[in-house]
Amino acid sequence: MSETISIISPKLEIARSPHVHSKWSTKQAMWLVIIALIPTIISSLLFFGISQFSIIATSVSFAMLTEAIIKNVRKQPISIDDGSVIITGILLALILPPNFSLVSTAIGAVVAVGIGKEVFGGLGFNIFNPALVGRAFLQAAFPVSITTWTEPSFTDAVSSATPLSLMKFDNKFESINNLFVGNVGGSLGETSAIAILIGAIFLLATGVINYRVPLAMILSAFIFGGIFWLIDPSHFTNPLFHLLAGGFLFGAIFMATDWVTSPLYSKGMWIYGIAISILVILIRLFGGLPEGVMYSILLLNGFVPLINKYTKPQIFGEVK
Amino acid sequence: MPKIFNNLLSFKGGVHPKEYKYLTSSLPFEKIPTPSKIILPLSQNIGAPSTPIVNKKDEVFAGQLIATQNGPISAPIYSPVSGNVLSIGIEDTVSSFTKESITIKSNENLEMELFPKLDLNNISDKEICKRVQMAGIVGLGGAAFPTYFKLTPPKDKIIDYVILNGCECEPYLTRDYRLMIERPKDLIAGLKLIMKALNLEKGAIGIEDNKQDAIDVLQNLVKDDNSIKIFSLKTKYPQGAEKMLIKAILNREVPPGKLPFDVGVAIQNIGTAIAIYEAVYLGMPLISASLTVSGLGIKTPKNLIVPIGTPLIDILEYCGGIMEDAKRVVVGGPMMGITQHNLNAPIMKATSGILVLTEKEINQFDETNCLRCGKCIEVCPVNLTPTKLARFSQLGRISEAEENGIFNCMECGTCAYVCPANIPLVQWIAFGKKKLSLAKKAV
Repeated sequence: MSETISIISPKLEIARSPHVHSKWSTKQAMWLVIIALIPTIISSLLFFGISQFSIIATSVSFAMLTEAIIKNVRKQPISIDDGSVIITGILLALILPPNFSLVSTAIGAVVAVGIGKEVFGGLGFNIFNPALVGRAFLQAAFPVSITTWTEPSFTDAVSSATPLSLMKFDNKFESINNLFVGNVGGSLGETSAIAILIGAIFLLATGVINYRVPLAMILSAFIFGGIFWLIDPSHFTNPLFHLLAGGFLFGAIFMATDWVTSPLYSKGMWIYGIAISILVILIRLFGGLPEGVMYSILLLNGFVPLINKYTKPQIFGEVK
Repeated sequence: MPKIFNNLLSFKGGVHPKEYKYLTSSLPFEKIPTPSKIILPLSQNIGAPSTPIVNKKDEVFAGQLIATQNGPISAPIYSPVSGNVLSIGIEDTVSSFTKESITIKSNENLEMELFPKLDLNNISDKEICKRVQMAGIVGLGGAAFPTYFKLTPPKDKIIDYVILNGCECEPYLTRDYRLMIERPKDLIAGLKLIMKALNLEKGAIGIEDNKQDAIDVLQNLVKDDNSIKIFSLKTKYPQGAEKMLIKAILNREVPPGKLPFDVGVAIQNIGTAIAIYEAVYLGMPLISASLTVSGLGIKTPKNLIVPIGTPLIDILEYCGGIMEDAKRVVVGGPMMGITQHNLNAPIMKATSGILVLTEKEINQFDETNCLRCGKCIEVCPVNLTPTKLARFSQLGRISEAEENGIFNCMECGTCAYVCPANIPLVQWIAFGKKKLSLAKKAV
């Protein structure tokens, strides 16, 4: 009897229950998101040329470098392997125009991680989506180059317009088929609906993202855009166009669902998704800019604490 | 994902931990040989510890009363073996506290004294309650609340339903399952005694649908009996929590801070019903525990019948000992059980399982910041925000923790189980609760 004790006792752990854990870990979820981004990365290289990989590589490496330096200065453990900073780098690159200046890309990545994330205390504490913060900064700093679009092509870079600016400024509508496949002008990762949807199915099936925010965004954009279309189809575009054009789908799947910057409760997720879509449609149809996904999500990010406060569910058994 | 395709009886939230029930589900109960030493903590139930009535060196026999009930919420203790009292003093127990205990050195004498026979045909509700009280029966689901107290509810509580909890939603454990399929008749007889004691017409047994053969056996037994219904429930942790069980079967919600009594329900565990049967029909005091010994860290997992007070080490040795890679010895289930540091600690009345877990099952990794992913909220069966409660507790903002319902947490572990950041949510919440109750006491 005593023999067994002496063999095992020193090795026995004392810990609080539960003593088992699910397959979930931060690191794993982050890498699943990276996997879900692969179809979109491939589509961007396919439509805009293999050379675009340099934008992604620049964005990711400067994002990682920024985090490493800041963690080092703050004497915190380097956490690059949790994958979150890699996601920020990829996301930022995919919402930039093709052939975007690599210097500007690097600046955007530094701002995204430095101002968007680390200033707030790092992963889990940021209020705004870091990649969108980086993009918003670039939009303000380099307004011309960030709206210079390249025609999708395997060889030459030809200047073109995006379906949304064609709609806004020339009242021309791109075909739904082209939008779905993605061979239209636009940001690197935003043009191919099909690539984004493959990633979306993967993220929903693995349970990384919740269906509520994307569904709320898609349904409400369809309904809200549909109302205007029914009022005047010659002036306003068909609602399917809103879903497929610009950064809407990419934002709905990869940006608005960001764990850290989206609401906690299911009711809040619906409110958040609906509000984003209404803003997007309003900006697109009546605002000065052709696209509004980035600003809509950033604005709603700021409202998340408030949404959380007012959508807390009733405790089990509490009388209504 | 939306759960629109599920029309089975259940509740909102919950998780599906790996069950590992296969390790022991097909193994009948075995009796272990009488251990050489028995340690009986005087506090084996919620409420006041029992009062010892034997002295050091006294000779005791199996079935002898050695500690009496002390106050309304308490229970007597009987010696499960014959032998001599070695000592009465402070010992380690499996509840992670040390407690005053009676240690008995056992001898070979297997004779045992039973309670006088009852007239089973004309037994009254009072006689049943008295026998249950006398036998020292406590809730064997884990909480160990004195059972007679639950059989004599306050007059102002109107109870219309008794539910036997056959969910056994904790992974690994198969004790209730084995009792249901090995002793279904005794179980129904026990349930009828509970119904009689409470003067109830309606009884139910709720069983998770991963125990289909238990459902079938019991269904078959009560098919001509309109007073008892068997409910098949969705297999999901923590289906066996009282509030979740009542919600699933009767769609009643027990309000925060209230008991099943307050919604007209009495809940008893499967093991308790069997103990009541044994006390009334066979005249047996509660002196043995049936339990599951399992986990990948034990050589031969088993379902056992063990004298109460048997040290863990005797039971683990009977099961072939612990593997090299064993990491934690847990008393109870893996979701709510307590890790052990002293394997000489004895099992108690309400011990339902001993698990020896390895690294592979525990699956621990480094903690990260909360990512506000909301998974803890999604799975919390009582709609709390565990991450916030933990944060408030951690920062000492305990009044905010209370406002956010920290006392509604039953520490089922569902949130910590899913947390991708591996934050010890239950630990922080328990810490916050403790701080709050100390602060309240100080006022």
